[in-house]
Amino acid sequence: MQEGKVLPAAQINRDLLRSILETPRWFWPVVSLLGLIVLAASITVGIMINTGLGITGLNYKVVWGFFITNFVFWIGISHAGVMLSAILRLAKAEWRRPATRAAEVLTIFSLMTAMIMPIIHTGRPWRILYWAFPYDFARGIWPNIRTPLVWDPSAILTYLTSSTLFVIIALVPDFAVLRDRTTGWPKLVYTLLAMGWEGNPRQWKLQIIAGVLLSALILPVFVSVHSIVSWDFGMAVAIKSWHSTVFAPYFVVGAVHSGVSAVVFAMILLRWAYGWQDYIRHEHIDALGRLLIVVATGWFYFLVMEIIFGIYGLEGDELAVRALQFLPGDYGVAYNVWMIIFVGITYFLPVILWLPKAWRRNLWIMSAACISVNVGMWLERYLLFVPGQANKQFQTFTWNDYLPQWPEALIVGATFAFVSMLMLLFSRVFPLVPLYDIKEGDILRTEMQVGRRTLTATFRED
Amino acid sequence: MAMPGFLQQLRDVMYPPSRKQAILGLFQDAESAATAGDALKDAGVPDTDYDFLTDSPYPEGSLGEREEKHRLYLYPFIGALLGLSSGIMITAMTQVAYPLVTGGKPVLSLPPMAIVCYEGTMLGAILFTVIGIVFESRLPKFQLGLYDDRITQGFLGLRVNAEPEQRYEVIQIMNSAGAVEVKTDQ
Repeated sequence: MQEGKVLPAAQINRDLLRSILETPRWFWPVVSLLGLIVLAASITVGIMINTGLGITGLNYKVVWGFFITNFVFWIGISHAGVMLSAILRLAKAEWRRPATRAAEVLTIFSLMTAMIMPIIHTGRPWRILYWAFPYDFARGIWPNIRTPLVWDPSAILTYLTSSTLFVIIALVPDFAVLRDRTTGWPKLVYTLLAMGWEGNPRQWKLQIIAGVLLSALILPVFVSVHSIVSWDFGMAVAIKSWHSTVFAPYFVVGAVHSGVSAVVFAMILLRWAYGWQDYIRHEHIDALGRLLIVVATGWFYFLVMEIIFGIYGLEGDELAVRALQFLPGDYGVAYNVWMIIFVGITYFLPVILWLPKAWRRNLWIMSAACISVNVGMWLERYLLFVPGQANKQFQTFTWNDYLPQWPEALIVGATFAFVSMLMLLFSRVFPLVPLYDIKEGDILRTEMQVGRRTLTATFRED
Repeated sequence: MAMPGFLQQLRDVMYPPSRKQAILGLFQDAESAATAGDALKDAGVPDTDYDFLTDSPYPEGSLGEREEKHRLYLYPFIGALLGLSSGIMITAMTQVAYPLVTGGKPVLSLPPMAIVCYEGTMLGAILFTVIGIVFESRLPKFQLGLYDDRITQGFLGLRVNAEPEQRYEVIQIMNSAGAVEVKTDQ
C-alpha cells in the first residue's frame, strides 16, 4: 500500500477539476451517442404505453420479465455506494478516499434508473401514484401497506433521499474550491452551492462527523432496501422458488457483489478517461479486488443455500422449478445452460482472476472480471424470477414461456447508456473524486525513519 | 438596495456593530500558521477571536485551534422521533380509513407497519442530521468574511477579529510567523 506520492493542493485541484474546467474532445460525442440511445428507448417507451404491454414478451403467465430483472439489477448496483463509502469510512480505511464519491454518485443514478423500471413495467405509469402514495382523498382508497410493493417505494425513496443528501453534504467543501476557481455564472452557481463555506475548524469538524454519522445511519437503510426488494418476491406464496426466507441476505450480498464490481470498472474508466493515475492507483484496485473475493464467496454461499432450501422441502412444484432451472429438458428455453454460464461468470471466472496479486493490478483483467460479474448478476436475477413463473403448475391451464422482444431489450440496454451519460454529465460539473478527502489523506501521510530506511505511514488523531 | 431604517435598527439591536477589525494572514504551511496562532494566544487574543481557514481537515487540535462544541447528536434523535410518528400515522390512518377485514385478521397489521415505520424513522433521522450539519456548521453564510481564494489552493488562512488597538500587534505577529500576505478589511 501507500504507493502514491504527496501532491501539492494546487496540483490536486488542477488534476481533479480537469473534467470540469476543460472539456475533453471525446466528451460531447460520447454523451451525444449515449443520449441518442436514451432517446430511442424513450420513444420505445412511448410506443409501448400507446400500444400496450402486448409488444413485449410478457404474457399471462410470465408477468415479470426483463424490466423487473433490470430493476433489481440496478438496485443491486446502487448498493456499491454505501458499501464502499459508509463501511470503509466507518472502518477508517485510507484507500477508500478516491473511490467514495464515484460510488455514491453511481448509487444515486442507479437508484433513479431502477425506479424507472417498475414505472415503465406497469404499462400505465400514471396509475403508479394510486399504488404508492396516500393521496386519493376523493375516493377514500389508500395504498395497501400490507404489500411489499408499497414497502419498496418507501425504502427506495428513503435510500435515494439519504444517498443524495450524503453526496451533497460531502460536496460542499468541493463547491467552495470550484467557487474560487471559476468565473461568470458558474462562479455564481458554485457560490450558492457552497453556502458560504470557508473551511474553518468548526466546519471541518462537522464535515468529518457528518461522514461518520450519515454512514452509520445509511448503512441500515442500505440493508433494508435490498431486503425489501427481495420480499417483492419472497412474500409471493404462489410462485415456487420465490417464497424463500434466505432471499433478503442473498439479495443484499449479491447487490454488494455486483455494485462493488461496477464501481471498480467505473474507477478504471475514470482513471483512463481523465488521466487520474496519481489518484486511482493500482493499490486501490488491488484492495477492492481482495474485498471482492470475500464478497463473491459470501454470495456463492447464499446461492447454494437458496438452492438447497428449495430442494430440501421436496415439494413437487418447487422441485419442478428446480428441474427447469438445472436439468436439460424439452422446455423451449435452455435455462440449465444459462444457469451454468451464470455461475461460471459470476463466481468462478472472476474469483480465479482476482486471486493472483499481479492480475488484480492489471486493469484489463480487473475490467474483464468486473464486467463478467455484472453480466452474471443480471442473468442471476433473470434466472431467479422467470423460471418460477414459466413453470407449469397444478391447475394452471394457460402457461407460456417468456421470450423478450426488441422493445424490452432496447429499453434495458438503454438504461446502461442512461447511467453512463448521467455519470459523465455529473463529472462535467462536479468533481467525481473528493478533493478534500484526497488532501486530508496527504496531510495524514508521513514518513518514518527505521534505521536507514524511510517508510511511508499514515497517522490518525484517534 | 439600502435596508429600511427599522430593519437596520433591529439588526443593530440583535447584532450590535462590532469595533473589531478582521485581519487575514495567509501562510504557506501549517507550521507557520500554528506558530502564528500560538503567538496570538500568548499576546492575549482570545481563541474565540481567530479562526484557521484551510482547504482540508487537519487532525483536531493540530493547529492549536479552540475546541468546538456542537449539538449535532441531538438532531438524528429528534428526526427519528418525528419520522417514526409520521410512519405510524401514515400506516395506521390509511388502514383505518379503509378498514377492509381480510381473513378475520386485525385491521391494523403490525409487521408491515413496522417496515414502513422503520423507513420513516431512518428518513427522519437522516434528514434532521443533514439539517443539523448545515446549522451547526453555521451555514448558509450569505456573506463570506475576509477571505482569499488561495486558501483552496493549499494556503492556510488565519483570520483574526482584533480590537483596533491590537491591530498593529496582530499584523506583526503574522508577519514574524512567516505570513506570505496579511490582509485587512479596512
